[in-house]
Amino acid sequence: MQFMLLFSRQGKLRLQKWYVPLSDKEKKKITRELVQTVLARKPKMCSFLEWRDLKIVYKRYASLYFCCAIEDQDNELITLEIIHRYVELLDKYFGSVCELDIIFNFEKAYFILDEFLLGGEVQETSKKNVLKAIEQADLLQEKTENMYHSRSFIGCKKSILEY
Amino acid sequence: MLPADEFSAFPASPTFSVGDKALDGYSKKKYVCKLLFIFLLGHDIDFGHMEAVNLLSSNRYTEKQIGYLFISVLVNSNSELIRLINNAIKNDLASRNPTFMGLALHCIANVGSREMAEAFAGEIPKILVAGDTMDSVKQSAALCLLRLYRTSPDLVPMGDWTSRVVHLLNDQHLGVVTAATSLITTLAQKNPEEFKTSVSLAVSRLSRIVTSASTDLQDYTYYFVPAPWLSVKLLRLLQCYPPPDPAVRGRLTECLETILNKAQEPPKSKKVQHSNAKNAVLFEAISLIIHHDSEPNLLVRACNQLGQFLQHRETNLRYLALESMCTLASSEFSHEAVKTHIETVTNALKTERDVSVRQRAVDLLYAMCDRSNAQQIVAEMLSYLETADYSIREEIVLKVAILAEKYAVDYTWYVDTILNLIRIAGDYVSEEVWYRVIQIVINRDDVQGYAAKTVFEALQAPACHENLVKVGGYILGEFGNLIAGDPRSSPLIQFNLLHSKFHLCSVPTRALLLSTYIKFVNLFPEVKTTIQDVLRSDSQLKNADVELQQRAVEYLRLSTVASTDILATVLEEMPPFPERESSILAKLKKKKGPSTVTDLEEAKRERSADINGGPEPAPASASATSTPSPSADLLGLGAAPPAPVGPPPSSGGLLVDVFSDSPSAVAPLAPGSEDNFARFVCKNNGVLFENQLLQIGLKSEFRQNLGRMFIFYGNKTSTQFLSFTPTLICSDDLRANLSLQTKPVDPTVDGGAQVQQVVNIECVSDFTEAPVLNIQFRYGGTFQNVSVKLPITLNKFFQPTEMASQDFFQRWKQLSNPQQEVQNIFKAKHPMDTEITKAKIIGFGSALLEEVDPNPANFVGAGIIHTKTTQIGCLLRLEPNLQAQMYRLTLRTSKETVSQRLCELLSEQF
Repeated sequence: MQFMLLFSRQGKLRLQKWYVPLSDKEKKKITRELVQTVLARKPKMCSFLEWRDLKIVYKRYASLYFCCAIEDQDNELITLEIIHRYVELLDKYFGSVCELDIIFNFEKAYFILDEFLLGGEVQETSKKNVLKAIEQADLLQEKTENMYHSRSFIGCKKSILEY
Repeated sequence: MLPADEFSAFPASPTFSVGDKALDGYSKKKYVCKLLFIFLLGHDIDFGHMEAVNLLSSNRYTEKQIGYLFISVLVNSNSELIRLINNAIKNDLASRNPTFMGLALHCIANVGSREMAEAFAGEIPKILVAGDTMDSVKQSAALCLLRLYRTSPDLVPMGDWTSRVVHLLNDQHLGVVTAATSLITTLAQKNPEEFKTSVSLAVSRLSRIVTSASTDLQDYTYYFVPAPWLSVKLLRLLQCYPPPDPAVRGRLTECLETILNKAQEPPKSKKVQHSNAKNAVLFEAISLIIHHDSEPNLLVRACNQLGQFLQHRETNLRYLALESMCTLASSEFSHEAVKTHIETVTNALKTERDVSVRQRAVDLLYAMCDRSNAQQIVAEMLSYLETADYSIREEIVLKVAILAEKYAVDYTWYVDTILNLIRIAGDYVSEEVWYRVIQIVINRDDVQGYAAKTVFEALQAPACHENLVKVGGYILGEFGNLIAGDPRSSPLIQFNLLHSKFHLCSVPTRALLLSTYIKFVNLFPEVKTTIQDVLRSDSQLKNADVELQQRAVEYLRLSTVASTDILATVLEEMPPFPERESSILAKLKKKKGPSTVTDLEEAKRERSADINGGPEPAPASASATSTPSPSADLLGLGAAPPAPVGPPPSSGGLLVDVFSDSPSAVAPLAPGSEDNFARFVCKNNGVLFENQLLQIGLKSEFRQNLGRMFIFYGNKTSTQFLSFTPTLICSDDLRANLSLQTKPVDPTVDGGAQVQQVVNIECVSDFTEAPVLNIQFRYGGTFQNVSVKLPITLNKFFQPTEMASQDFFQRWKQLSNPQQEVQNIFKAKHPMDTEITKAKIIGFGSALLEEVDPNPANFVGAGIIHTKTTQIGCLLRLEPNLQAQMYRLTLRTSKETVSQRLCELLSEQF
């Protein structure tokens, strides 16, 4: 995988992860182009598209689009399930994840992603193992700071998974 | 950037200190976190990096974690900070605290810069294979190493650890196996020998997974599919290798059959995740089956399975099935099976709502096309073209043009098809397409009359596309005489028809029509005056466009002063075009990337086309419009100088062969290439080529009939080269005698970076030509194409032989057959220095024999040329004549061609 982008229906970038070295300018250009292309697609269209020399795999969950760029030989369907597994991880961790969780706890979203995907490849597919690693980190945090960290964004109860 | 003081959460100074007092760790963390947030909202962040680096060395986990996150997201490769960051990482890696080690490894994997590779590429393999490393750290270490290997493969040393990494495929922890498989796959692509043992391990792992019950793997089962990610990765790893040996192969075939069988079972869940995961494994298995291309049974089964998906209600599956079938169509075993789905696929063209799926359908139709169904497929594509999306029209036009040409049994059908193309989608018919139809008509006598008649009829339409006018103008100009017998298409009618379109056309077309008119003057003397009147009119002679004006003036003059004989010679029918790779195919490849358009036949053709399309000069007609001299305008006949192939001719009105301008074609040899080539005859290392962007260095070594050449490509700019593809091009002759093996290099070359390519060389028999190294890449927005001759010469396979004077002369006499001796007398090009000459002879590869020749001023040498098939003894004698500044070089070998070649090579050196 070359990169992963999360953006909202309104085209706001919520998370970006790049696994290839690119300049900031290029990143911005790619993001702009892709957000536009993906948002223009209709709901029943297929989740894959060719873009430059890459394949784009995307899926929409509620108001959020998850979009991965993979190389020619990579498997589209398994990438689609990478996206789903990531959403499941977020959902499990935040308990009914919604866009605001990802906005305000962006660091957690990144930490979970790093446990799941590293260098653009799947590192650990077991939900239990990924969440265990994050829970352990949270435990360390609570011990050192003795401060309760509210995870889920209150007031938004419906998970993006349910759409 | 957001100024710090506008953001209320920040103290006034952007260095995070309030007055003299520095912030405590917690506040630092808080502010760094806020900066990150601001960055993620899309603003630029120019400060706070130092504070983030400070956080790395904090003992508190959360502070460290935020520090690492900031670095991962924001630091690209800031050399100042990298040193500090590397220091912190080093401490964490050594801490033996798995959580800290994990953070450090994630950071390396996220940044992945060259500096980090330099610092840690040696360390990480040790962590990876150490017995006491925790599983989670192992996983991170594996993928971290993978990332470093991708960015800086030269910095990751292969060694003992590689065999231990392969054994991670047997690890009990499936997460470790998952991570390790990715690493092994990437390493194996570049070092297949070293990772060969992974094949059998991967097969047995895969076999255990596919036969396990859905609950066996616990949390690694995903919606009732056992370890889909790992399965896909293992299947991918196996695609780095050819089919394994029989024992392993049997097991693998079983696995693949099980996967195919499971795909037929009723789904265990209605969730789309279940079907996706299951089918992901299936598609990867099919990729492997296609890759091996050796089990007809499996190939046909795969094809049937995909056939079912063609009508699946999931758009994604239809898309992927069409895509996979494209590759299946190129296997001889499954081509026929794919063809049975033609109805479904043509139907998809009409009914699919998603353009990307329709595009795949077009691709598949193209791939499954052969002589038996070409007419049907071309007809379907043409009818689809009328309603096709604008974005894919040009590609369909190219595909139709290629198929029509490739499978034309009857060239009248071909001509009809192309004219239809122009009628339906004239705007999308690129120059290559109409150039090609003209080339074909000119090269085939049997179709010329028909073509003339058809274009004449097509031009009758009140509104016809300009491309049709171009084709019509050109063809009538050449072959209008073939239909002039019919009173309905008499010369005057032909001329009037063309001229009625003249004023509606653009300048290049008008220029072409003017050339048609002068050709008419030759073909039909009866319309000469009419045409002269047209040329003489003010709108031509005083046309604002110089090209048109010049043509009008020249043609008018030519028609007045030249005798019929001269006219007939100057305006003779165009000679046949040399047969080469279709430029349309080249264009399609450029559009789609080579993999998507290559099928079996093309793959073969392509290999030979590489040579044909090689560094030949452009045909003379290409020079016609690029040289403004009057003589050169006469359709390229006469004394037009061979044009340097440079920017495309601006007017482009005449038929210009575009092969040489098309980026996919091989560039002509770079200037100076021959000189550089000669310099390498007597040495093995140095710079072969250099321009403002690229430097190519060579290092080579030869032993007996084998050699190895390291080619270094240096990017001299600060911008990445993309799609960087060096290709070695050998003619068939050369290929038979010299075997070259190399692997593709990474398609991106970073600014300032150097990539290396190894060429393994085997001399099978003696050879004369040299291979050409063609390099194509994108730099910024432009396409670069460089060709240089690669200095692999026969003398590289020389082994020096020492011998005494007596032996030398005895052998010299044995080789007295006139064919065995080649002599060359030539003028010295360099100062005649004895020591330099000696060095050159030794550099050439032969032994320098002292005190053999009775005349001490002469040089004699002896050696053996090693080839795989034979060894050829060689003797040489170089006699300098200082007064005359001349040399006489005599070569005697047991083989005529060898004497000839060695003499040529060595003569260039003095």
